[in-house]
Amino acid sequence: MDKLLHSVYLDEAKCLGCTTCLKNCPTGAIRVRGGKARINESKCIDCGECIRICPHQAKLAKTDPLSKINDYKYKVAIPAPAVLGQFKTSYSIDRILSAIKALGFDEVVEVAYGAEIVGRALKYEYHAKRYPKPLISSACPAVVKLIQVRFPELTDNVCRLKSPMALTARLVRKRLREQTDYQNKDIGIFFITPCAAKATMVNNPLISEYDQYDHIDGAIAIKDIFSDVSGLLNDCNLQEGIHNSTPEAFSWAVSGGESEYLKNKNVLHVDGIQNVISVLEEIECGKLDGIEFFEGLACIGGCVGGCLTVENNYVAKMYIQERAKQIKQESIIHLSEEYVKNIYNTGMMHIKERILPRNPEPLDADINKAIEKMKQIEMLESKLPGLDCGSCGAPGCRALAEDIVTGKAKEIDCIFVLKDRILELSQLTNELLQVEHPTGKTSE
Amino acid sequence: MSYELAFEVERGDFETAGGASRKIKKTLQQLGISSKIIRKVSIAGYEGEMNLAIHSWGGTILLEVAETEIILTIQDSGPGIPDLHLAMTEGWSTAGVEARRMGFGAGMGLPNMDRNADHFEIESKVGNGTKILMKFFL
Repeated sequence: MDKLLHSVYLDEAKCLGCTTCLKNCPTGAIRVRGGKARINESKCIDCGECIRICPHQAKLAKTDPLSKINDYKYKVAIPAPAVLGQFKTSYSIDRILSAIKALGFDEVVEVAYGAEIVGRALKYEYHAKRYPKPLISSACPAVVKLIQVRFPELTDNVCRLKSPMALTARLVRKRLREQTDYQNKDIGIFFITPCAAKATMVNNPLISEYDQYDHIDGAIAIKDIFSDVSGLLNDCNLQEGIHNSTPEAFSWAVSGGESEYLKNKNVLHVDGIQNVISVLEEIECGKLDGIEFFEGLACIGGCVGGCLTVENNYVAKMYIQERAKQIKQESIIHLSEEYVKNIYNTGMMHIKERILPRNPEPLDADINKAIEKMKQIEMLESKLPGLDCGSCGAPGCRALAEDIVTGKAKEIDCIFVLKDRILELSQLTNELLQVEHPTGKTSE
Repeated sequence: MSYELAFEVERGDFETAGGASRKIKKTLQQLGISSKIIRKVSIAGYEGEMNLAIHSWGGTILLEVAETEIILTIQDSGPGIPDLHLAMTEGWSTAGVEARRMGFGAGMGLPNMDRNADHFEIESKVGNGTKILMKFFL
C-alpha cells in the first residue's frame, strides 16, 4: 500500500454525486465536482462519517488485505479491544483470539495489553503538569486531527502518550527481538482495526506517532476478517490463557473506558464527532475550566462504533460490558505498578514529535488581502438564497461564497442564481422581440 | 483596510449565546490570525457574550480587525454597573438564579476579559449601560 495521508477514499464508479456526504462532513472537506464527491485531503480527518452515511457505499477506507501477512516470517495480530465487542459473550476471549490466530498468525496479542499500561501511566502523565487544563486524550486519531485542523489552540492540551496500539506493537517487537532469532524485518505486526483513522496512522509514518521500534506493518479491517473468524470460532485449536487484558483495558473500546483510569479526577467523556465538536467549542472558550481530563471519541459509543466494525455499536458496547462483569471475578495477569512506572520512565511511551496545529489555510497570507476577500465572501453570501441545499456541490451557501472567492467555484453553480440569470435573459429576449425592425413587417 | 463584524445578543439568550464567539473564531482563522491570539479573543469574546445574556438588557458585540490590532467592543443599553471596582473583583457576581443554575455567574467574567486582552477599558453608568473595549495586538 502507498504511504498515504488518508484512508478514506472515493469509489468513483459508485458515487452518484448525490450530496448526502457533503453536509455530514464535520470539517467541510467534501465538494461534489464533475458529479463526484471529492475529498479535500488537507481537511479530511478520517472520522469515517461519510463512509457511514453514503447510501451507495461509495466512500471506503483503505486497509490491508489479510494476504499481506504472508510477506513476513513471523506474523503477529494485535486486535483492537473493539474486536471483542463483535462476538457474543458465550465465546470466550481466548476462543476469539484463537480464531484470529487460526487465520494464519503465529501470535495474537491484544492491544488491550498496551491500553492497560497507557491507562495506568495516564496518572503519571497527568501529574507531570506540563499540560494546560484539561488534558485531552490522544486515543482517537480522528479527534486529534480534528483538534489540529479545527481547534489548533488546543493542540498543547493533547496527551503525548502513545496509543495503546503503538505501545503494544513496541512491546511485542522488543520481546521478539530479545527472545527469538527473528530480525526486525522478519516480524510482521498487524493491527485489526475498527476504523479508518487508525488505518491512516498505521500507514503513514510521516504523521504517525511511532518510530521503527513500534512499527506496525498493516491495518486489517475488522469487517474483512469477521466472517472468517466467525467460521473458525468453533473450529480452531483453542489456546487457553492467551488473553492477557483486564476488563478495564478492553473497556477502552467504549466511550469512557480510558477515563476510568483517572476516575478521581473531573473527567468528561464524549462520543460522536458532532458532540465532540460542541464540547471542544466550550473548552476552547474557557467555559469548562473545571474539567481535568477530556476523552473525546469520534464514533458513537466509542471504538465499537467504528466504521469498519460489523456489530451494531450499542450491542457491541453491551457485549464489552458483559465481558467486563464476567471477568471481574476471574484472575487476570495484573501488571505490577513498578513495571508500568519503569516503562513510563524509559520515555518509550512518549510521542517524540509535538502535536502541531494544522491551521486551516487563511484566505490570504496578507491580512489586508484576506480582509478584502472576507468582504467579498460576505457580499456574495448575502446574494445567495441561504438554503444550504448543496446543489452547487458545496455544503452550504457560505462555503460556496468562499469557494467562489478562492477561485474554486462560480456564482452560477448556484441553481437559484442560474435561474435568475435565465429569467433576466428571457426578459431581455422578450424585450428584443418587441423591438420593431425598420424593414420588418408588423404581425397582425 | 479594516474589517467589521457585528452581533446582537438578547437578554436571557443562553441557548444560542456562544454563537457570536464561534463565528468570531472562524472569521479570525480565515483572516490568518495566529491561534494564540484567537484563543484570547475567543475567551474574552465568550465572556462578553455571556455578560450580555446574563446581566444586560441586551447589547452588541463589534469585532474590528485591522493590520495591527483586533478590537472587540461590547456595549449594552443597561442597567449599568454601580460599583466597577467590585465588579472587577474575581468571584464577585450578581448573576441570577437561572444563570447560576446553568453554570454561569462565577464572577470571573470581567477579570477574565482583562486578563486575556492586551488593553482593557470599561465604562459604565447606571441607567446608561456599559461599554467594554478590548484590544489585542497582532
